[in-house]
Amino acid sequence: MHVTSPVRTPLVTGGKTYADVTEDICKQVEGKPTRAWTIAFVISFVVLIYGTCCVFWTWWEGLGVWGLNKTVGWAWDITNFVWWVGIGHAGTLISAILLLFRMKYRTSINRAAEAMTIFAVLCAASFILMHMGRPWLAYWALPLPNAFGSLWVNFNSPLVWDVFAISTYFTVSLVFWYMGLVPDLATIRDRATSKVSRYIYGAFSLGWNGGAKTWARYEYISLILAGISTPLVLSVHTIVSMDFATSVIPGWHTTIFPPYFVAGAIFSGFAMVQNLMLITRVVFKLEDYITFEHIESMNKIITLTGSIVGVAYITEFFIAWYSGVEYERYAFLNRMLGPYWWAYWAMMTCNVISPQLFWSRKIRRSVTWTFVLSVIVNIGMWFERFVIIVTSLHRDYLPSSWAMFSPTMFDIGDYIFSFGLFFTLFLLFAKFLPVINMFEVKAIIRSASEKLPKSVSGVAKGESVTSPTFNKNVE
Amino acid sequence: MSHHNDSAKFLVGVYDDDEVVLKAVTEVKSAGVRIHEVYTPFPIHGLDVALGHPRTRIGIAAFLFGLTGFLTMVSLTYYTMGYDWPMVIGGKDNYAYPAYIPVMFELTVLFTALGMVGTFLVSNGLGPTVKPLMFDLRSTDNKFVMAIDLSKNKQSEVEIASVLRASGAAEVNVKQF
Repeated sequence: MHVTSPVRTPLVTGGKTYADVTEDICKQVEGKPTRAWTIAFVISFVVLIYGTCCVFWTWWEGLGVWGLNKTVGWAWDITNFVWWVGIGHAGTLISAILLLFRMKYRTSINRAAEAMTIFAVLCAASFILMHMGRPWLAYWALPLPNAFGSLWVNFNSPLVWDVFAISTYFTVSLVFWYMGLVPDLATIRDRATSKVSRYIYGAFSLGWNGGAKTWARYEYISLILAGISTPLVLSVHTIVSMDFATSVIPGWHTTIFPPYFVAGAIFSGFAMVQNLMLITRVVFKLEDYITFEHIESMNKIITLTGSIVGVAYITEFFIAWYSGVEYERYAFLNRMLGPYWWAYWAMMTCNVISPQLFWSRKIRRSVTWTFVLSVIVNIGMWFERFVIIVTSLHRDYLPSSWAMFSPTMFDIGDYIFSFGLFFTLFLLFAKFLPVINMFEVKAIIRSASEKLPKSVSGVAKGESVTSPTFNKNVE
Repeated sequence: MSHHNDSAKFLVGVYDDDEVVLKAVTEVKSAGVRIHEVYTPFPIHGLDVALGHPRTRIGIAAFLFGLTGFLTMVSLTYYTMGYDWPMVIGGKDNYAYPAYIPVMFELTVLFTALGMVGTFLVSNGLGPTVKPLMFDLRSTDNKFVMAIDLSKNKQSEVEIASVLRASGAAEVNVKQF
């Protein structure tokens, strides 16, 4: 009866029972914070405080503290925004698109990837607020009746589309993630020994009891959420790319942008998931759940999307030459050979060459290589946005207004702020919420385990193992 | 769930295995016992069908919410761009709807997601202050729990208990609310 097809590669190793899954994952939530967690949290929090001071000063003093000038009006702010939004694509891709494709390997990584998505989108949104300079007027981006003669927002503008795309994406991702958490929060609630945690996890688990009718509806809404999140996630970076593509700036005015940005987003998002999961799996001892199969599968997607990005870079170049437009040609030659040549070549090396190393099975199954290459990919993707934004702007039509951009400590400090925010939130998540989706892993154990124990149910915490007990009243 | 009275008495069959409980549902039903509900730590495919639960209609609700979102944005863009403050941009119509497709799409998705999840919570009676009716705390961990409402069944407690045991229950308990 308990046969795993030899064709399928196992996704859960160590002969885990249902009770083992609960125990292994709840342990992190229920136990005291480890030393490693505490140190990491303190560092992130200090970084967050430093970054918050920088952001505060940026707002207090004004955007003049950044290195912007009249030629380069967008630089690190929008680079960081696009970079974080891109990273925020992996979570929904994993949980929605891989669910529609019935890829079972998603179950071990979707929870953390979705959490990462939400935090990354928050970081991205913070740069939108920052680059407004007057964040208290952020509501002007919404179509609200106002005192200026009902001057509405311009729905022709991709910047307005972006407001809707990012806020919808954030809300729907949050709902999707939270709905996925509810059954697992109920598990923690039912195991809780202290009154406080029973109350808190009880409130957040919404009275979940796992009835068959509830589960049937739950699976149905998960499928619909996945179905609507799939075009949503594709729309978000498409719209972000239109912030550039609908302009007439040489280097931005490119029809290839939407698919190229989406591929790049998935590329960098998966790299960030790799970085976070490789650390989590070691620190929380989850090697049986996040196996080399998972690492390899994600690396394959990194190679695929990295190759798409590489082809897009080359296509862009070809089209710039083939168009015969001298401004377009110059914009691209300037990227490659101009004063920012180092940024361009950093992007090319990190994004086009490095993921090709994953063609080697040895490298894509190596933890060290995966970790290092994932960091390199994200460095490369940051440079991609920097190249697109700054090198397209800094030499415009009038050579007399050509300028260079160099970051000030506030450009850097505000970027550091987003790292502090991201890691503080991720560490809080990793401590107080189950980092792996327990119920989904339990649901695949039978078909995806390397080997199954005699009783797949296992022995729950505090359960007696003597003999089947029957209530005296019924005997 | 909320219909139970204070003295409701249940027999609770605890199963170790998801495959066993799925078969047990059919066996218990064919023995003429009405099942209140089965509680499991993860979704078991076909369990709702075996129990005879009707197919959920939440998809219809989701569609209607999506339609509402779509129409809301159609109206809002029409009112703001075409009627209240028309602007000529690039010599196009005031209501140049292809440019509004992105926002129409986003609002459709937003309304679908929030409306559907809201409907789900309401129809299942879920909320932050809801006390769950737990027949066995292990049913969110590793056990599969079948609850039988004694007041809804003609058979005696002992008869039902033996049906449950014969269907593979590892434990049979009494639970009173």
